[in-house]
Amino acid sequence: MTIRQLSIFIENQSGTLQRVLELMKKSRIQIIACTIADTAEYGIFRIICSEPDRACSELKQAGVAVAISDVFAIELDNQPGGAADVVGIFSEAGIGITYMYAFLLNGRGIMIFRTDQADAAREAIVRGGLHCLTEADLPTHI
Amino acid sequence: MIWNPNKECMSREQMRELQGKRLHKIVEYVYHHVPFYRNKLQEMDLSPDDIRTIDDIVKLPFTTKKDLRDNYPFGLQAAPADEIIRIHASSGTTGNPTIVGYTRKDISVWSECMARCLTAYGVGRNDVFSVSYGYGLFTGGLGAHNGVETVGAAVVPASTGNTEKHARLIRDLGITGIACTPSYALYLAETMERLGITKDQIKLRVGAFGAEPWTESMRTEIQDRLGLKGYNLYGLSEIMGPSVSYECSEQHGSHINEDHFFPEIIDPVTLEPLPVGQTGELVFTTLTKEGMPVLRYRTRDLCSLLPGECPCGRTNVRMSAIQGRSDDMLIIRGINIFPSQVESVVLSMPEFAPRYLLVVDRINNLDTLQVQVELRQDYFNATLDTPAAIDELSKRLAAKLKSVLSIGVKVQLKAPGTIERSQGKSTRVIDNRKLF
Repeated sequence: MTIRQLSIFIENQSGTLQRVLELMKKSRIQIIACTIADTAEYGIFRIICSEPDRACSELKQAGVAVAISDVFAIELDNQPGGAADVVGIFSEAGIGITYMYAFLLNGRGIMIFRTDQADAAREAIVRGGLHCLTEADLPTHI
Repeated sequence: MIWNPNKECMSREQMRELQGKRLHKIVEYVYHHVPFYRNKLQEMDLSPDDIRTIDDIVKLPFTTKKDLRDNYPFGLQAAPADEIIRIHASSGTTGNPTIVGYTRKDISVWSECMARCLTAYGVGRNDVFSVSYGYGLFTGGLGAHNGVETVGAAVVPASTGNTEKHARLIRDLGITGIACTPSYALYLAETMERLGITKDQIKLRVGAFGAEPWTESMRTEIQDRLGLKGYNLYGLSEIMGPSVSYECSEQHGSHINEDHFFPEIIDPVTLEPLPVGQTGELVFTTLTKEGMPVLRYRTRDLCSLLPGECPCGRTNVRMSAIQGRSDDMLIIRGINIFPSQVESVVLSMPEFAPRYLLVVDRINNLDTLQVQVELRQDYFNATLDTPAAIDELSKRLAAKLKSVLSIGVKVQLKAPGTIERSQGKSTRVIDNRKLF
């Protein structure tokens, strides 16, 4: 029900994002979605990509602070209120959303969620009839 | 004015004779009361009878900060516990602070020495004097306080903090003198300007500045902005506290209370005494201390002793301004900080790599300390992938550092491998203050 996401600690300095992206380019890893949670001094660069395991180990080898976590990738109804309905299912179940970001895949809106209660989230997703992407749904290579 | 011409204006011969007598006495005293010194002297095949004149001091062993730390808390105390009436503590390098106990006579000598300082600055019975060193374990506050009471001025124990209230008190009480760190004086000047308190509304005329190194340009700025004359006040808790030496109206070198604290300048590498006028490490022997006397204590402060007579009439020797340190100690807001203290905290947290960088700045006349540490790559995991989790981690480090260093620290987390590997001690510290 979940997909793997890379989280990378980068300093808020010119060149640090570029370095990570160059490493991924060299390893032929495709980025499917990404976002940065930024603060004044650093950022957490979160990435959905092809071959997350290989990406993680190659970044680690290059000395990058990177971790893998499991996140929900939920497909939205392509109509007004689609996002509200998904988030509504979580809040009704009293599940906190740690962070969220969204991207388009083949014209469909996908929302990535990390929650503080993964098991309760699974139940709510099943109960709410939401469709979660698996890694098999993602483009694997260019 | 001179508080005690009998001691401050002694002929050199009389002074050396007095110092010699006192040195013999103190060596005999520690030999019989402090096993640490007895063992040291015995190892060197020395007995108190070998120390007859002040020139014999070169035969004696040195005492270091490490010795004080190793003998924590009371190992170097010479007086029996019931004779001790006050205990101060200064920051230690690896957790153990330096403990200094004072007997009633020590406090009385301290007050006398401090009175000499204040009198040299022109402070007397008619002054209202604010002590703005921290009151507490640090010797600055209470040390200066006793001296102000001794000369008979009215002491205002302002301590540190609440600068706005303090600025108003300076105006409203007609405070004429202040003892504080030079950087605090500048901060105070700034606060007054912000509150619209002008120089002609205040009566400050004397500043006793110490506990951190300062420059002539700082002196000019403080004097100009607060409309007072600023004098150096030097001291260290291991020897006594503030009052070890003091500037006179000449503002050229600080007279040492050398009938109580005998100064030497040594080469910090060979440990050989250096001739007068040469710069080296300042070493003090307490000649009259009862609570915790020290023989040839290495201050790690670099300076020189000034040859020649002072036009003020005092004959006690002067030391130059401190020109640096022979170790890596930093003085930040009057607090002594060793990089090794930061290191021990960083090493105690597995989340961080054993590399760090201290960045010291002076922003708006207040010293700031930033500690840069690297996140350890293998410790970065999925639970750390939010700013809240990372911030919690750096707050935890900042809190630990604060409890060890006694000052607030700004922690900056760096990515793995971004702090240059240390080639020597100098690369662990970037001091942007340019104090020496």
